[in-house]
Amino acid sequence: MLDVQRIRADFPILQRTVNGKPLVYLDNAATSQKPRAVIEALKDYYERYNANVHRGVHTLSQEATDAFETVREQVARFIGARHSEEVVFVRNTTEAINLVSYAWARRVLQPGDEVIVTEIEHHSNLIPWQLAARDTGAVLRLVPLRDDGTLDLDRYAAILSDRTRLVAVSHMSNALGTINPVADMARLAHEQGALVLVDGAQSVPHLPVDVQALGCDFLAFSGHKMLGPTGVGVLWTRREVLESMDPFLGGGNMILQVWWDRAEWQEIPFRFEAGTPDIADVVAFGPALEYLSALGMDQVRAHELELTRYALARLREVEGLVIYGPQDAESRGGVFSFGLGDIHPHDIGTVLDAEGVAIRAGHHCCQPLMRRLGVPATARASFYLYNTPEEVDALVAALGKVQQIFGRARATV
Amino acid sequence: MNTGLSSLDELYREVILDHYQSPRNRGRLADPDVANAGSNPLCGDEIELSLRIRDGQVADVAFDGRGCSISQASASMMTEAIKGKPLEAVRAVLGEFKTLMTDKNAEAVDAAALGDLEALQGVRRYPVRVKCALLPWNVLQESLELYRAGQARGGQHE
Repeated sequence: MLDVQRIRADFPILQRTVNGKPLVYLDNAATSQKPRAVIEALKDYYERYNANVHRGVHTLSQEATDAFETVREQVARFIGARHSEEVVFVRNTTEAINLVSYAWARRVLQPGDEVIVTEIEHHSNLIPWQLAARDTGAVLRLVPLRDDGTLDLDRYAAILSDRTRLVAVSHMSNALGTINPVADMARLAHEQGALVLVDGAQSVPHLPVDVQALGCDFLAFSGHKMLGPTGVGVLWTRREVLESMDPFLGGGNMILQVWWDRAEWQEIPFRFEAGTPDIADVVAFGPALEYLSALGMDQVRAHELELTRYALARLREVEGLVIYGPQDAESRGGVFSFGLGDIHPHDIGTVLDAEGVAIRAGHHCCQPLMRRLGVPATARASFYLYNTPEEVDALVAALGKVQQIFGRARATV
Repeated sequence: MNTGLSSLDELYREVILDHYQSPRNRGRLADPDVANAGSNPLCGDEIELSLRIRDGQVADVAFDGRGCSISQASASMMTEAIKGKPLEAVRAVLGEFKTLMTDKNAEAVDAAALGDLEALQGVRRYPVRVKCALLPWNVLQESLELYRAGQARGGQHE
């Protein structure tokens, strides 16, 4: 098991108080906190070897390039990629998906071709496909959500066809916590000749993820949700597919030869990394990957599974509380969207904040999903490796405070 | 302002929760002179406002919608504050309330004269929630502009 108290000591921000109370940070699905090693790597880079990468003959540039490329290899190992050149650095998951939408989908999709997404998607795995469909005449198909918060896989099998070019699905829902069976979905898609993009923004930080086991063709995720700095996203693409793709952005670093009227592209992955990348943040993403690897992603998952079981049990004790999404711990991650009677999520969030408990209140970039659930918004508590059962207790106690305030009003009318 | 209450108690004053739980003037007018809606895309708060205007006065007003306690209580209080008032007075209270919520010169506003609305001062300490409190007032402001534009085109009652 994880030694959570020791882990917590590595995260300086967890020492702070909010409104006079110890911080209980439960907004990890939005972004995670950073261990000292990551923060120090940023400082170290700027103090010792700040330079542009892939350009200079001088020592600093060589050191920066080595550090940058070492992290590419670390990322490849972390997700089980066969080749580090399959790893493209972008800004975030959203940019990774848009890269596929522009550099692959718009060149491949023909009128009448189909792209399958699901009702559980974050806007970032929906809008890029809406736009690509609009530009190409392709058709967007939806895998419906069942009432238990899981995807309707019978419907999925039924809408897959030889017209399907791409299946774009999130591995773990940021709103419901549902873990989708993407390996099975990928196998079915490949039988129809379609490619598969997995949005791993929520899964790569929390589950062991191996692209060979998933069998997907694209995997997109963000460093900042997995202990790394903001500004780093990853697009992993199977080599044959990536090599077949034209550039996304044009500019420096992505070319071999340039004439006034044309250019030859660089090899992968540099073909997709035009301009100066976010060097410092990529370099500091390295210690984040090391931190997770040292703990072991199976251990991270085991810890969160235990927290999830405990949170499900404790939250069910709260009168009037409804948990959206799967009700069993095994088929979900540590992301809990909930409602509390008719109290608006904003009011829940404000009262919890006064108690030092940080959660998210809103539509979680899933407006169509919120409509499907019949609510304008939900409150969302999301856990990570440094969270404890005592913090679940703090959440439950703070929810009691919410009920106290809003129950008081009801008693007077 | 120091009433000895915590800032959370200051935000969720009894009078606010009372307006939230038992909203005044809730619904839609059957025959409004102007009807308008607004929303806060961040949190999904929605307010619909309908006004009947006679002799330059707000003869009747109703609001509908859903959202957090602050947006709904603010709407309820707003309808009470403007019902039966001449349009100039409505514009004045609109301006004073916006100043109270957003302006550095908020002290210049005589909050006590705003009646129940005074209770919303506690929201100022929660910048994210100021948008909630202002939503119905922004809908009111637009409604008055729509009404004035309609008048200028020579339509409608009065």
